[in-house]
Amino acid sequence: MDLRDKTAIVGIGATKFDAMYRNLDPGRSPYELAAEAFRKALEDSGLEKRQIDGLICVRVPSYQRMADVLGLPRLRLVNVLEGAGRMAGAALQYAVMAVATGQAETVAVVYGNNGRSAGARYGGAVDPNATTAYDAMYGMTSPGAYVAMMFRRHQHEYGTTEDALAALAINNRKNGALNPDAVFQKPITREEYLAGRYVAEPLRLYDYCLINDGGVAFIVTSADRAKDLRHPPAYVAATYAASELTNFYAVRDCFYGACQDIATRIYPAAGVGPRDIDCAQIYDNFTPTILFSLEGFGFCPRGESGAWVQGGRIERGGELPINTSGGHTSESYMQGFALTIEAVRQVRGEAGPRQVPNCEVVQYICAAPICNSHILHR
Amino acid sequence: MDTTAYTKPLPVLTKLNAPFWEGTKRGELRLQRCGACGHVWFPPSTHCPRCLSTAHDWMTASGRGTVWSWIVMHQRYFKAFDGDLPYLVAMIALEEGPILMSTLVGISNEEVRCDMPVRVVFEDATADMAVPKFTSV
Repeated sequence: MDLRDKTAIVGIGATKFDAMYRNLDPGRSPYELAAEAFRKALEDSGLEKRQIDGLICVRVPSYQRMADVLGLPRLRLVNVLEGAGRMAGAALQYAVMAVATGQAETVAVVYGNNGRSAGARYGGAVDPNATTAYDAMYGMTSPGAYVAMMFRRHQHEYGTTEDALAALAINNRKNGALNPDAVFQKPITREEYLAGRYVAEPLRLYDYCLINDGGVAFIVTSADRAKDLRHPPAYVAATYAASELTNFYAVRDCFYGACQDIATRIYPAAGVGPRDIDCAQIYDNFTPTILFSLEGFGFCPRGESGAWVQGGRIERGGELPINTSGGHTSESYMQGFALTIEAVRQVRGEAGPRQVPNCEVVQYICAAPICNSHILHR
Repeated sequence: MDTTAYTKPLPVLTKLNAPFWEGTKRGELRLQRCGACGHVWFPPSTHCPRCLSTAHDWMTASGRGTVWSWIVMHQRYFKAFDGDLPYLVAMIALEEGPILMSTLVGISNEEVRCDMPVRVVFEDATADMAVPKFTSV
């Protein structure tokens, strides 16, 4: 089934990340964060709530509670996905498939994350019955440490230096400085990047996503319904996934094979190539995943991403602006969701001071054990 | 041996993984090998991930491998590792195929390189378990 331009994102909403970062509340629930984002996305779309007949919830524990909170008791498609970065892409894919096949007419995807207030940690949990116990016995834990393993390997195979990561961390902060909702709006220098403490060496503090509270929502409907709504639709030209699921978050090829599997399908399906992408929103729980994504999708030859990202190429005004809202190290750690709605803003031309001029085609990429990518256009 | 002193996390000893841990106490690195297709895998599971057979034995691996990659952990995640910070963790590509998480002993961080050959050594942890680590060949 050809899904090209059959569906569109027609509404987006998010909480304001900066204020909430400085105002912790142990009573803050993921439901209220998702609900606030949904309220905004619905308003943004111009749809009536009764027109929503699909609901995909992410990171909230229960779809039943979520539906009750939102006052959406009667749905034709409803489920919950785990709170993992790879699920931002999956959620949009499921929504697109549901709308394109008629399982639902208009699907809301809602995400609520109270991680900072709840004291979420991404590492250090010990489940002696899980295979991760074979890692914990060496003090090995946390997704960042596995990405550090892959980056070290990438350094070994291709001579990639710490300046590759510095360019990414600096770019995210530079973009965050133009985003009034970003948690961190202060640019950093190369010296500040290098002075950042090691977390899992070779990765430093500024390579790491932040942990903050927030909610994001977006609404997907058919291209036909999308035409008469409040904003120009962000059409989904193509979207695909491919996994590399092993015992570890770290995989031997740094997700190259899975990304290539998507690349060989998504560009022909969307009728564009990497050179047609006006800006890219690339999942960066840790900065090296941007390098893996650029290579996997053919923006640069394999192994050359470290040099490729230098010299302003990835900045606003460069050849391929990346993570225009500041990414996960600067804007907000919404596990891909904030990047997804930034893609929509860029396609609409409403990203304000950080708008990429004449932006028509935007790609979202996530390189993780489940890789996924979408190409959106005006 | 004082077995109460070991405070670092360890997997639960089960019927499935018992042969692995018995091996560690005898200085053997054991891996599951499929009785139907010969595939070798780790960590333990009931079904061969290649052919799904439930027939397997435990083969004694060569104990040789190479450092696939390594990191130095600076972040405090486990209280039991407080005294080790910062500490090295390495992923070892075993000669038989699987990757094993481990650490290196007798090698300074300055000497460590990806793809360097290493061999297994065992450090006693409890009455039932010794921890496989790797050192220069």
